[in-house]
Amino acid sequence: MATSDIGDIQVAERALQHHFADMEQQRDTSSFGMWMFLLTEIMFFGGLFCAYLVYRASYYQAFVEGSQKMNIVLGATNTAVLICSSLTMALGVRAAQMGKPKLMVILLLITILFGFGFLGIKAVEYHEHWENHEFPGPNFHFETGNPAHPASDPQHTQIYFSLYWAMTGLHALHMVIGIGLVAWLVIAGLMGAYTPHYYNPVENVGLYWHFVDLVWIYLFPMLYLISKKHGV
Amino acid sequence: MATAVQTVERENYLNSNYGIKSWLLTTDHKRIAILYLISITAMFWLGGFFAMMIRLELLTPAGDLISSDTYNKLFTMHGIIMVFFFLIPSVPAVLGNFLVPLMVGAKDLAFPRVNLLSWYLYMAGAITALVAMVTGGVDTGWTFYTPFSTTYSNTHVIGAAIGIFIAGFSSILTGLNFIVTIHRMRAPGMTWRRLPLFCWANYAAAIIMVLGTPVIAITLLLVALERAFHIGVFNPQLGGDPLLFQHLFWFYSHPAVYIMILPGMGVISEIVTCFSRKRVFGYEFIALASIAIAVLGFLVWAHHMFVAGISVYAALVFSLLSYLVAIPSAVKVFNWTATMYKGSIRYNTPMLYAFGFIGLFTVGGLTGIFLATLGIDVQVHDTYFVVAHFHYVMVGGMVMAYMAGLHFWWPKITGRMYPEAWAKLSALLVFVGFNTTFFPQFILGYMGLPRRYHAYPPEFQVLNVLSTAGASILAVGYVLPMIYFVWSLRYGKEAGPNPWNAVGLEWMVPSPPPTHNFDETPVVTWEAYDYEHQPQEEVTVGH
Repeated sequence: MATSDIGDIQVAERALQHHFADMEQQRDTSSFGMWMFLLTEIMFFGGLFCAYLVYRASYYQAFVEGSQKMNIVLGATNTAVLICSSLTMALGVRAAQMGKPKLMVILLLITILFGFGFLGIKAVEYHEHWENHEFPGPNFHFETGNPAHPASDPQHTQIYFSLYWAMTGLHALHMVIGIGLVAWLVIAGLMGAYTPHYYNPVENVGLYWHFVDLVWIYLFPMLYLISKKHGV
Repeated sequence: MATAVQTVERENYLNSNYGIKSWLLTTDHKRIAILYLISITAMFWLGGFFAMMIRLELLTPAGDLISSDTYNKLFTMHGIIMVFFFLIPSVPAVLGNFLVPLMVGAKDLAFPRVNLLSWYLYMAGAITALVAMVTGGVDTGWTFYTPFSTTYSNTHVIGAAIGIFIAGFSSILTGLNFIVTIHRMRAPGMTWRRLPLFCWANYAAAIIMVLGTPVIAITLLLVALERAFHIGVFNPQLGGDPLLFQHLFWFYSHPAVYIMILPGMGVISEIVTCFSRKRVFGYEFIALASIAIAVLGFLVWAHHMFVAGISVYAALVFSLLSYLVAIPSAVKVFNWTATMYKGSIRYNTPMLYAFGFIGLFTVGGLTGIFLATLGIDVQVHDTYFVVAHFHYVMVGGMVMAYMAGLHFWWPKITGRMYPEAWAKLSALLVFVGFNTTFFPQFILGYMGLPRRYHAYPPEFQVLNVLSTAGASILAVGYVLPMIYFVWSLRYGKEAGPNPWNAVGLEWMVPSPPPTHNFDETPVVTWEAYDYEHQPQEEVTVGH
């Protein structure tokens, strides 16, 4: 057995918590726990998705008009940024599994960069909406296409924007947490915490990152691409 | 030599180290259970105090003791504290935390640090809610119905909602830990068919915690956002739909009553079989009934909304689905009674509480069928009939089960026996006090007395006085165990590892258990509840 292999196993043994029988049980358990956690996340976002469904069905026209205020170019760019970040995240997990900690750290740093890119673009969008009074509350103001024959009630568009801010805001919060987690992996990775025998934190954060990515994959069409045809 | 060895105190989870830090930073599931026990007991007394204030006000028909505003706050805070900060964590977070790893033969729960985090979240949530209560209170009812809670109420709704939001994550993490532990941490030979029914019940409750709690979290978050920023999601003036709030609220809060009752049913399954000295009747049916209740429980929420304006067809479907929950619940009750049939029953305190549970839960469950019936629900909706039904299930059922479990496993948790005679007296007082308190409320509700009012017509006074008198007896019944449990810590008889001559892995380790539970990972080669092959030793306690 090569000496580096023995070192790897020692790292793994140190990572074995006292209440598990072996590394395999620990790995199975931690990844099962992560999947359960993601299940709770689905239900957490599920409440908002349910509200979206109900109000979109009731106030379709208002939702169409709200969605036309979205910047599709920025939204699409952000979608691409997130998909790329998921790729670098997946490659990072692969690098950890293959025992290439330096490569892993580089890939995770790129992932963090993509994450900040997403948040930056989102901030530009938020700023635009804020300037245009497209934030729900007393300052909300929305002109429907033809003021003489309003196709929809601006208050219903306000509900669209409430859901827009709540859903994308919650998603952005998850992104911030995700960036923090990946940063923690980078630091631990630099200290040599992960080896092919022990890398389940990397795997779990990867699962989380993909989940947050996936939420956006749903949010983008739901909020930005409701309908071109029914617009004004 | 032997006596010399015995004088050295055996190391256990209580004496392995000392100091406040060793408790507040512990990751031992047994110590976390104790932390939860202390916290939820404090919450129980606070919620009980509010209940006593309510009962005192209702002693006379006129609203003379407290104003109607204060009364609104009292029943709201009673509900919030008892539901979210006592009943939901009660059996899972105290007994479940302590026992699930022991019962499956594990050294700890799957995620010990997450377990500690769940207690801190519980405390943070509880303190947030308490601050909201101390600084002005909440008057929306524990249900936070919109638009009253979001627009019109002038009380600290946001604080209470955020408190429940935070405590919800504590519940999610506990549920997650149980599911993963039961899947992945079972000892060799501990198959699903040998798993104690207590674990099955907590597993079923954990499914609801994990799937339901996030929905109430996001719902209360929306309520807080609506109040803070007027986003309009639940405000009908802005096109929002208050019914959507009720749907989202009850999607969690109905299954939540199964979070409360299922672990209690698990406790009763353990106790009935132990004190009947017989293998539990229909093990598979009891186990799967827990899962069936958890699954069906997600499909019945709108029976809280029959008079709220949902479509009549939806109401019909929800009424029918609500009936279905009665089937697995009845399976359990029948199987417990069949277990006792021809058993050699011993009347120790846990068994007395279990008898109480079975009887009172049956009354509570059957009146639930009344309420699921559309016609009757319209008649008794928002009356004391609903209050009585709910308390029969939650206090007569769940709190009884919690008390039963606390007495049953007290020797395991502390290594000391409680005084049996006093405990039997307390069980009797609780049973009598409970029925005197809540049975009159069935009649009051049927006669049409609406709930949540601080004054009532004089013709209802006799039954209300009866109810308040019962509440006083009930209070004595709860104060007694508080005293003798604390007393037993110092003066109770040494329990030994297995005072009830029970089967199950938790009884094979010393009391109190050592920090790592098992010196060697146990290998299970026997069936669950194998009481027929258990030697019939004379039990020395309690006679």
